[in-house]
Amino acid sequence: MVVQALAFYLFASILVLSAFFVITARNPVHSVLFLILSFFNAAGLFVLLGAEFIALTLVIVYVGAVAVLFLFVVMMLDISFADLRKGAMQYVPMGLVIGAIILTELVMLFGAWQFAPGAGQNLAVPVVELVDVTNTEALGQVLYTNYVLAFQVAGLILFIAMIGAIVLTHRRRPGIRRQVVSKQQAVRGEDVIEIRKVTTGTGA
Amino acid sequence: MELELLSVGMSHYLILAGLLFTMGVFGIFLNRKNVIVILMSIELMLLAVNINFVTFSAYLGDLTGQVFALFILTVAAAEAAIGLAILVTFFRNKGSIAVEDLAEMKG
Repeated sequence: MVVQALAFYLFASILVLSAFFVITARNPVHSVLFLILSFFNAAGLFVLLGAEFIALTLVIVYVGAVAVLFLFVVMMLDISFADLRKGAMQYVPMGLVIGAIILTELVMLFGAWQFAPGAGQNLAVPVVELVDVTNTEALGQVLYTNYVLAFQVAGLILFIAMIGAIVLTHRRRPGIRRQVVSKQQAVRGEDVIEIRKVTTGTGA
Repeated sequence: MELELLSVGMSHYLILAGLLFTMGVFGIFLNRKNVIVILMSIELMLLAVNINFVTFSAYLGDLTGQVFALFILTVAAAEAAIGLAILVTFFRNKGSIAVEDLAEMKG
């Protein structure tokens, strides 16, 4: 129990600290790296909560894909980040006030949270004990049966996002030779080959 | 509000998620000009929401929260991809990513 509490405090403190550095770091590359650190620590918290599959998905999807995407974009674009920080401090008091209000409300709401008396009887998908099936297996049994439609829609969303990202960033640059299959197919022999009759004996 | 230090309960996780969410909101204010960091702040907020879902799922003994967290993960990935793609296109056209230059479509 003590080990669990210590692990929670370790993960939680690193998570909060790295989140703080994400929003305050001067260099956006550092921001992305701190974002990766915070995702790792959130994954640790998920493992503590017994949600191993979500934890490892978080590492694979976020650290493996999203954070690397951020890193690519930050490094690809040639942006002067010093200009972007100029005048940023004028919004800090407002942000602090709104942040304090949100934090107070959330702590008041969540600090004394208790489930309603009958909540335990209305579970949609009760968690089975870990001796029977693993967390991944249990999730799969729900995901592919009760939530199969939502699962397919999630796949569709990813597919559309992929198409959208490609369409948005793809550009046709002039002056670059590229293969145009229809033009290749339309070429006829008489367009490109000319047969000349050479008279014999007149060549040099 | 009883928070005992050495027995971690649901409130600990929920308050942690609240703290993380607040950091995301504050990050948007702090980096008002930098779209990339704003996108990262949104990721932080989504992570806080995910922590909430998984916490409730774990303490209520209901797997639905984890299923929903998976879908949030999906949507967050799609959002990041599209957002960064828009950012790259915008940078090609304008040569900057400052938020105040993003008012082209204002009537």
